[in-house]
Amino acid sequence: MSELSISGRAAIVGLGATEFSKNSGRTEVRLAMEATLQALNDAGIDPAEVDGFSSYSMDKVPEYEIARLLGAKNVRFFSQVPHGGGAACGPVLHAAMAVATGIARTVVVYRAMNERSWYRFGNGNYGFGSSPLFENVNYGWYMPYGFHTPAAWVGMFARRYMHTYGATSEDFGRVAVAARDFAATNPAAFFYQKPITLAEHQASRWICEPLHLLDCCQESDGAVAMVITSVERARDMKIRPVIVKGAAQGSSDGQQIMTSYYRDDITGLPEMGLVARQLWQQSGLAPQDIQTAVIYDHFTPFVLPQLEEFGFAERGAAKEFVRAGHHARGGRLPINTHGGQLGEAYIHGMNGIAEAVRQVRGTAVNQVGQVRNVLVTAGTGVPTSALILGQEK
Amino acid sequence: MAEPSWMDSARALVGKEYGRVYAWDKVNAPMIRQWCEIMGVDASPYLVEGVVHAPEAMLQVWCMEGFTLNNYPPGSTTENPYEVLKLMEAQGLASVVAVNSELQFSRAVREGERLYYTTRLDTISPEKTTALGTGYFVTLVMRYFSEIASGDQEVGQLLFRVFKFKPTQAAAPSAPASAPAKPKRPAPGISDDTRFFWEGARAGQLRIQRCTACGTLRHPPGPVCPQCHSFEWDAVTASGRGTVYSFVVMHYPEVPPFEHPNPIALIELEEGTRLITQLVGVAPGDARIGQKVQVEFHTYDGDLVLPQFRPVPDAN
Repeated sequence: MSELSISGRAAIVGLGATEFSKNSGRTEVRLAMEATLQALNDAGIDPAEVDGFSSYSMDKVPEYEIARLLGAKNVRFFSQVPHGGGAACGPVLHAAMAVATGIARTVVVYRAMNERSWYRFGNGNYGFGSSPLFENVNYGWYMPYGFHTPAAWVGMFARRYMHTYGATSEDFGRVAVAARDFAATNPAAFFYQKPITLAEHQASRWICEPLHLLDCCQESDGAVAMVITSVERARDMKIRPVIVKGAAQGSSDGQQIMTSYYRDDITGLPEMGLVARQLWQQSGLAPQDIQTAVIYDHFTPFVLPQLEEFGFAERGAAKEFVRAGHHARGGRLPINTHGGQLGEAYIHGMNGIAEAVRQVRGTAVNQVGQVRNVLVTAGTGVPTSALILGQEK
Repeated sequence: MAEPSWMDSARALVGKEYGRVYAWDKVNAPMIRQWCEIMGVDASPYLVEGVVHAPEAMLQVWCMEGFTLNNYPPGSTTENPYEVLKLMEAQGLASVVAVNSELQFSRAVREGERLYYTTRLDTISPEKTTALGTGYFVTLVMRYFSEIASGDQEVGQLLFRVFKFKPTQAAAPSAPASAPAKPKRPAPGISDDTRFFWEGARAGQLRIQRCTACGTLRHPPGPVCPQCHSFEWDAVTASGRGTVYSFVVMHYPEVPPFEHPNPIALIELEEGTRLITQLVGVAPGDARIGQKVQVEFHTYDGDLVLPQFRPVPDAN
């Protein structure tokens, strides 16, 4: 590891979250504040001490309002990472860089949205206009045909992946069944005590062939926040620090937002491959050093190529991985032990980072034995990010 | 700000209940079928023999006056539930725009039920100035009932809010309160970098951008060649032949004006570039990767020309 590595420089020392629901019944600012104050309380840090913030796009709660309500006096660092769910791990990277370089000392990363009750990302109506702004021109290749939902955009990759490698809808279903199994024993999950069978997955209605309803994550209201500080400072704190061992972003050849259909091959996720290579290099770890992972699951099909990009399975062989149940409870690499976004809630990936923190602390409801290192990935199909969190040696 | 004195008589109407407006026809299968056809909704789940019921969103339809304006069925109230709007009109607030129309449903209505609604003038806002002009938000609540011998049953309600205003300029837009525009396909954003493609479509040509420095074909188009960074380009006309590289069949959500199931494909053209398009002439379930397809052009909403692809027999 080079001296300049981000690995081992920053730690997550506070975690907070609201309940997850379909209708929070309160404002997003309030959700953000509930989660943030809980995270600061968890860390034992005075809210006035916060001097940095990072979140990611689509979040409508500005850091200056959180800062104002916290009574933060000297805020020296703020960033918002683009590309929605793909950015989920980005704020932790930004926060880690800020504390590693002394730019800031106490950084809050957060996500607070009434996604279900206020927006609904999958409704097909986005208000793109016909002016020559790039976004209008770009989505102009898709919207006039009614090709306008995330499920459809993912489905286009999924169909080619199935065709190329022989993966089936049932393989996608195995991802959903395992997630719902973990959700069933997680009281914080929306689908607590509601497991599903593979037959139920197969019988669920089409959203967009090849995706069934049960291949799609939920839409949720809720907030998650974390506090990040330097490892040196974390060592003096009461709470067991969760070390950021690797943190990376990636955007690759021919990258687009959900529609990178023009690459030579569309069965992989090269941007995630780029992130994976950085994480292994930064941390000095390898796939066998990871005890559990949070693999972004807005839609089940993209879980498979993620396992391949990180080297948990050979290219095209993730279907065998899930057929063997390696990803499920008791498996070789249990993934999404909180139930994922399919089972717990869709907080755009931030709830997955929270689960990784709990697994490292040893406090997860579906704790996977002795956990030293956890991989967390962010949204797929877009420029993305990921983390390796773990215990200090 | 003091209100004009005539507003007293308008505000005196707040809370007033207006009598029943009946439906011309009982809930019936032909109307359900026609409504579904127009809205692009599959009618079959509603027209099940013995349990025919109406889509909830149809609720307002049953009690509409029909083709002739203000022609309500016998027994309907002769009072005008919109009298407050007439009053405002008389004071120069000539324009109206519908702001909210929120339907709530208590239950589905079944074939043979006869519906009526009553109206309550719910609220009138203080004077407001918007980009359109100055006036008042007026909220009406219509409650829908089914006539039942043992006691009528509420089946749903409509909260209907309009802005009744004096336009800022004489030419300010004014729309009738109940004339929603027919949904159109979203028009693409077109820039100097992409106009050739859409102009080609209008001319019945599928065009691909070509770098004139290195000859690379590219789609989607852009201002510069990703290979050699030349800003010089022209376009070639594609043969229109290609193969299905991948595809999806969209079922949900059903967003008008699109028909569902909606087959969308990623086509790899003979020339090597790919593009997203709709498949036509393919039965749901018949689309497959590797299928040979040929472009054709279809016009929507008068001036939107889209390339779409139809399967052709394999030439072997």
